[in-house]
Amino acid sequence: MIDFALGHYAYWFTMILMVIGLYGMMFKKNLIKKVVSLAIFQSAIILFFVAVASKWDATVPVKSDLLPVEQVSNYLNPLPHTLMLTAIVVGVATLGVAFTFLIAIYNRYHTLDEQELLDKMN
Amino acid sequence: MESHYPALIVFTYVVSAILITLFAFWKERLAYFFAVLGTGTASVLSVLAFLNYLTDGSLRYFFGGWTPPIGIEFVYDGLSGFFLLVINIIALLVLIYTKNPTNKELPQKTVPYYALVMLMLVGFNGIVLTGDLFNLYVFLEISSLSSYALISIGNKKAPFSAFRYLIVGTVGGTLYLFGVGFLYTVTGTLNLIDMSTMLPAIIEGRAVFTALILMVMGIGIKAALFPMHGWLPEAYANAASGTTALIAPIGTKVAAYVLFRIFFYLFGIELVDTIVPVTYILGGLAAIGILYGSIMAIAQTDLKRMLAYSSVSQIGYIILGLSMANPWGFAGALLHVLNHAVMKASLFMVSGNLMFKEGNTDITKFNDSFRKKYPVTMASFTIAAISMVGLPPLAGFFSKWYLVLGTVENANWVFLAVILISSLLNAVYFFRIIEKVYMKNSAAGQVVADNSRRNEAPFSMIWPLTVLAVALFVIGLFNAVIVGFLMNLFPI
Repeated sequence: MIDFALGHYAYWFTMILMVIGLYGMMFKKNLIKKVVSLAIFQSAIILFFVAVASKWDATVPVKSDLLPVEQVSNYLNPLPHTLMLTAIVVGVATLGVAFTFLIAIYNRYHTLDEQELLDKMN
Repeated sequence: MESHYPALIVFTYVVSAILITLFAFWKERLAYFFAVLGTGTASVLSVLAFLNYLTDGSLRYFFGGWTPPIGIEFVYDGLSGFFLLVINIIALLVLIYTKNPTNKELPQKTVPYYALVMLMLVGFNGIVLTGDLFNLYVFLEISSLSSYALISIGNKKAPFSAFRYLIVGTVGGTLYLFGVGFLYTVTGTLNLIDMSTMLPAIIEGRAVFTALILMVMGIGIKAALFPMHGWLPEAYANAASGTTALIAPIGTKVAAYVLFRIFFYLFGIELVDTIVPVTYILGGLAAIGILYGSIMAIAQTDLKRMLAYSSVSQIGYIILGLSMANPWGFAGALLHVLNHAVMKASLFMVSGNLMFKEGNTDITKFNDSFRKKYPVTMASFTIAAISMVGLPPLAGFFSKWYLVLGTVENANWVFLAVILISSLLNAVYFFRIIEKVYMKNSAAGQVVADNSRRNEAPFSMIWPLTVLAVALFVIGLFNAVIVGFLMNLFPI
């Protein structure tokens, strides 16, 4: 049991981050805090991919004469990290769009509190 | 030339988006021109690619000549060909339509508006064409980000509803990515075809199980499957008329396409049925969604909001057909994708026409002067509404017919009852409008408007609507041909 917990600690942390993000998005009333929670949630998934690709006693995926290509397991798999670069870019774009909306909302209603906004809209 | 069609379709939209941003600030009218030109070219290309598919079969396009699983590929097969035709032709008609409403509702904003529409179509076409799970995520986010931005341009409440859509939609996309991560760790590939050969051996594993659940949840949010539909009614109702007419017919369908691709082509429906009864769960949710959407639609007093709730109910039909996992349900659901795209596009065009002329879409203000003022608009509305209810020989009847055949094949009488009851509910919320417009009822305070004059919307807003209304008859008449094609796509 302890081994299971310790052997997967990276995954435990990503799951905890995910739950924190989901909690913030659902229960925080301030819209900025919701966006921050969204960023935490996305980071959790990015860390998950990075944790999956990590490997002990392996080296960067650059071919060298000391390490024949046949010993594939001695090289890191670069693909998950590369994928996450794209995912980070997508995340940044999402945050940019979200903050644009927040500016538009604030200019119109002069508040970012969800309850106040709903009151003002109806 | 033939082998480049898949890439060219997406490329056309990318080029149009760039051309619009480069040249249209110099002359604003160019934005509309480039948008229609780009969509028109893509429609022609998708028709040509489809004809090519009918003679030569499916097509795999390797980027840079790198063969999968190392390289990235676009796959053009029957399913993607069908969706490409629906997306591009509907988008072309709606874009032609949006000229006047966009100029009126979003003055000074048409340049970024059309650039965003092009980017959104890049995303939709990319999702349908790609043969790579991570690529699919990127295209999903491209289309989602542009549709958040499009939806935020509308009435006063639009930025807030777009913000809610953004939060929920990004969670959906991220959950999908999480699922892809699980699948990648157990198979070591992202290519759909490559992965589908590896999955049967490890289908019992917990990682595959988790991945399936996460992907279905993520895509379910994007498809507005009940109970993950919360963002949809507000987002559609508060956006500009042109935006809603564009996103409502194709946006959620593309997410449904991803579910079709994952279930039938990646996992294989039998494997999905054995490891987890996900089809039962989806079918149940879809059935509840159908009834919930119809009942909520009856409660609305605004035409646009009513149509938005009706969308929740209609996406339920598609997922219900998918969950049956038999050829009848499969063909019925895909035919409903086409029918619903045509019907919803024409209904939202009608609401756009009324918005353009009346300034609101409040159902309580509808009266019998409308049939004099807007004869073509209201006639098209009636055709689309009758098709939504499902009366022959209109298209809507046939998709429901094949779905009913699917429930009979599975001996699932509850779903059969749901389909029939929801048809009645559809009749309730559409016929109350038809009654207001076409029946004279002075006792109920109706204005007898015999002297009101014809005041129809501009021609560019009328003819795409008429084409779609006529298309409902044509699809209804030729449904056997379409269904015959769709049944062949069912993987055995």
